[in-house]
This record gives sequence, C-alpha cells and structure tokens, in this order.
Amino acid sequence: MPILELKDVTQEFGGLRALNAVNLTVEEKQIFGIIGPNGAGKTTLFNIITGIYVPTQGELLFKNEIINKTPPYTVARMGIARTFQNIRLFNKLSVLDNVKVGSHGVTRAGVFGNMLGLPASRREEKELTEKAQLLLHLVGLYEKRWEYADSLAYGEQRRLEIARALALNPTLLLLDEPAAGMNSSEKVDLMELIHKIRDDKNLTILLVEHDMNLVMNICEQIAVLEYGKKIAEGPPEIVKNNKKVIRSYLGVEA
Amino acid sequence: MDSFLAQYIDPYYLRILVLIGINLILALGLNIITGVTGQLSMGHAGFMSIGAYTSAILSMQFGYPYFLSLLAGALMAALFGFLIGIPTLRLEGDYLAMVTIGFAEIIKVFFLNFEPGGKAVGLSGIPQNTTFVIVWVIVLIVIILNARLLRTRMGRAFYAIRENEIAAESCGINTTRLKVLAFTIGSFLGGLGGGLYAHYMYFIRPQDFAFMKSIELLNMVVLGGMGSIPGTILGTTILTLAPEMLRVVAEYRLLFYGALLVILMIFRPNGLLGDIRIYDIKKRFRKKEVETCRS
Repeated sequence: MPILELKDVTQEFGGLRALNAVNLTVEEKQIFGIIGPNGAGKTTLFNIITGIYVPTQGELLFKNEIINKTPPYTVARMGIARTFQNIRLFNKLSVLDNVKVGSHGVTRAGVFGNMLGLPASRREEKELTEKAQLLLHLVGLYEKRWEYADSLAYGEQRRLEIARALALNPTLLLLDEPAAGMNSSEKVDLMELIHKIRDDKNLTILLVEHDMNLVMNICEQIAVLEYGKKIAEGPPEIVKNNKKVIRSYLGVEA
Repeated sequence: MDSFLAQYIDPYYLRILVLIGINLILALGLNIITGVTGQLSMGHAGFMSIGAYTSAILSMQFGYPYFLSLLAGALMAALFGFLIGIPTLRLEGDYLAMVTIGFAEIIKVFFLNFEPGGKAVGLSGIPQNTTFVIVWVIVLIVIILNARLLRTRMGRAFYAIRENEIAAESCGINTTRLKVLAFTIGSFLGGLGGGLYAHYMYFIRPQDFAFMKSIELLNMVVLGGMGSIPGTILGTTILTLAPEMLRVVAEYRLLFYGALLVILMIFRPNGLLGDIRIYDIKKRFRKKEVETCRS
C-alpha cells in the first residue's frame, strides 16, 4: 500500500515553476531517494509534503488522505517528521530538550497541567524524558544531553535533528541532505543508522541527498528531478544507467 | 504580619520591596511573551493600566472585595491580550513592536478620556489593600507556577518558537495558538501587577502607564537575560533599586541609569544571566578539579 502519493503536483512562485506535474508513489517501509541538480525542486517538494507550501495544482495523499492544505503542525501530528537542509535546531535549548520538543505533537499536557504539576502531566514528562534519552542513545548523543544544541559539531547536529524528528513517532521520515558536511566515516555510520531506524521503527524514509555513494547504497527506489520535472524513476541500478540522468546530473566518466 | 514587619523595617525600604515585588510580577509576565516566546512586546504598561483601572473602579464604585477586583483586573487584561494577540501575532519583530506600542498608546488615550476613570486627573482614594505580605505571597506563587511551566511541555514549546518557528511547526507545535496563549498569560500577569499597584499607590493616572513604563519593564527582562526567571528577578531588582541608589547624584540620576544600561549591554549582551545554567556552573567547577589534580 502506498503511504505517500503525489498526483500531478505543480508549484509556482510568481512566474517561476518550481515543480511541474510531478507524480510520485512511495510504498510503505521503502527507503526512497530523490536526487537532481541544484534548483531542481527537491527541497520545494519536501516543503509541499510537510505543508509549508500549498501546491498550485495537483493532489497530495498521505495514507489515502488529501493533505494539500493541511498546516505544517497538523501534518507533523499525522506522522510526517522531517529534518532540514540548513540545520534548524533550537540552539539555546539543551540537546535533551530539543528531542523533548520533538514529541510535542504526540503529547497532551496543557498549560494548567504543567503549571500545577498534575499527575497526568508529571507522568507524561517522565515518559518523555525516558523516550528522549533512548533516542539520544540511538544517535549516540546521550553523553552530550545537557549541552546547548549549537555547541555540537556539525555532524552531531544532523544526528540530533534525526533524533528530534523520531521523537514525533512518525510513520514517514523526510531527510533533507542528511549527509551534508559529514566525513566518510560519519557517512557510513549514518547509513547504518538509517537502516536501523527503518527496521526498528517501521518507518518509511524519503531522502534528498547529493552523495551518490550513499544514495545508491541505501535507497530502494530513486526519482530524479531536473528543472521541476521528474526525468527518471526506478531502482538504483536502472537510474544509474539512464542516459538522461547521466547527461543532466551524474556526468559522463572521462 | 504586616504590622510586625512595619515595626522592624523602615517604611521607605518596605515600600521599595513592595515595588520590587509588583515589578517582578509585571516583568515575569513580559518575560513569557518577549523573553521566552520571543515576541517583542513594547506595550506591557497598557495591560498594566487595564488591570489597574478595572480593579480600582470595581473596588471603589462597585464595592467588590479586594481579591475579586484584582482577579477581575487580571482577567480583563488577559482578555485584551487574547483579542489583540489574534490579529497581531502574525507579525514579526519590529512590526509587532510597533503594534504593541500603538496599542498601549490607545489604551492611555482611552483612559485620558474615560469619565469613570477620572480622565487626565486620574483616580484617587483607591483602598490601600495591597501589603508587603500579599505582594510577596503572590510573587512566590507566580515564580513557582512560572518555573514549572517553563521546564515542561508547553514552556519548552514557547522556547522552541523563539528559537526557530519553522522547526517548531515541524514538531507539531501550533505556533499561532501558542503565541496567543503566551500573550494571554503575559497580559494576565500584567493586569495582576496593575491591580496590585493601584491598590498600593492609592492614586493612579494614565501617565503612570505611559511608554516609558513599558520600556522600563522591557529593560528588566533584557538586562536580566531573556527567558531566564532568575535573570528577570535580578534585572527587576537592579532596575527598581537603581533610581533609589542613584539619588546621591541627584539630577544626574537618569544619566547614570542610562550609562549603567549601556555598560551592562556591552559586557553581557545576552543579559546578566541569559546564557548561564546551573549545569554550566557545575561543569566549570568539575574542569577546575581535573586541572588541579594534574598539576
């Protein structure tokens, strides 16, 4: 069963057509990659899926529900979590608090419960702390849980964003260039992490990435965008050898 | 209790302590809006005046009991905070600041022409029910509730909005709703402080709640450290005491006050306690221990 479907999605900014009638079907538990040259519309696609933009035309379905005009916080609560290309952490909050905020959409306590320390609010807070600590163990940041988020190294910040996204108990996880700025050993760890969270948490993962090694290694299905159009789609071996893709993005070997 | 204190403490100092308490309630309210949630509000005195006039009129002309009129004043301010918050919190930074200044001016002009509020002459003969003990009991309650709020789910969401609104939305936070909520809580405390002030001063007039009062409150939050409760307490204490301490330099008082602010902002741009946590202090001590072991 497809978890996410895009039907003829078009996005225009003034006269600029950032996405042109894109069709995409992501199956449950798939690791789906989106690649393409700069300005091809990859991040725009993520912003449409997460509700930041409302597509000009077309239909967006998540678990067979239309989410075209759903605001970002509702999309998040439905189970779509994301990370950002330009890291967006809560800099002056501790690493632990960053992950805890990530659970906001799936927790209930209100202002009065929090202020008065009602039993339900306390219980929830305790569960939240335990869950956040588990997630920090998973991404290897537990030791740094009291540091400010902006004091972490670049690669650590990317992993913290993943932990924060996982705190939402998502069924679909969008990763926007998760390997950017990482060295090769960090990239290997990242690949392991992505596999692990997919298997442990029954996740579907949609990722945008420029590192071809990583994409070809972990993605089961790949779509290629160029100037807002999808020019190819298929498993890595097929996409890798597609003439159009080689010409516009991968480049010919000398 | 109050008469007991009056025997041992000079009335002048007692009065300053009461004013610190009232300013604390006001500043902690503004801290939730500006310090924690990051919404620059420059019209907090407007909410203060709504609370002050509402409670004063209720207890003078309608004979409401003291605590009931205080509560009514705070709720009235909260209602206005809520109503103003809905359209304005879509604005950001400078624009929001302009709107809040405008709002506070409108409120001031309204009370300047408000018959039951005595127009420009103001209201006098307000029952002096506010005492040292009442103010500080309320301050303690406000601090405890505030601290609990800020370290749990909703408080963290307020901080998240200040730090990065887009990321906050992606975590399932309804940022518009929470900004209005923060504004409402903040203006409730503004109204509460206003009510206490009115019932302490005996006499209020619209000019008491002018633009400079809003700026003074904003200074307290910024000086202490945005979003930090200990910081706000420290900032409020310093800035309430400063004009009193500076009485020695007489007419140059305001000059020194201004210079003090400038110097503090140069040396601690994040406020006195803005980026200091107990954890960091502990960590510094731990590192020192290791170094001494080595040497």
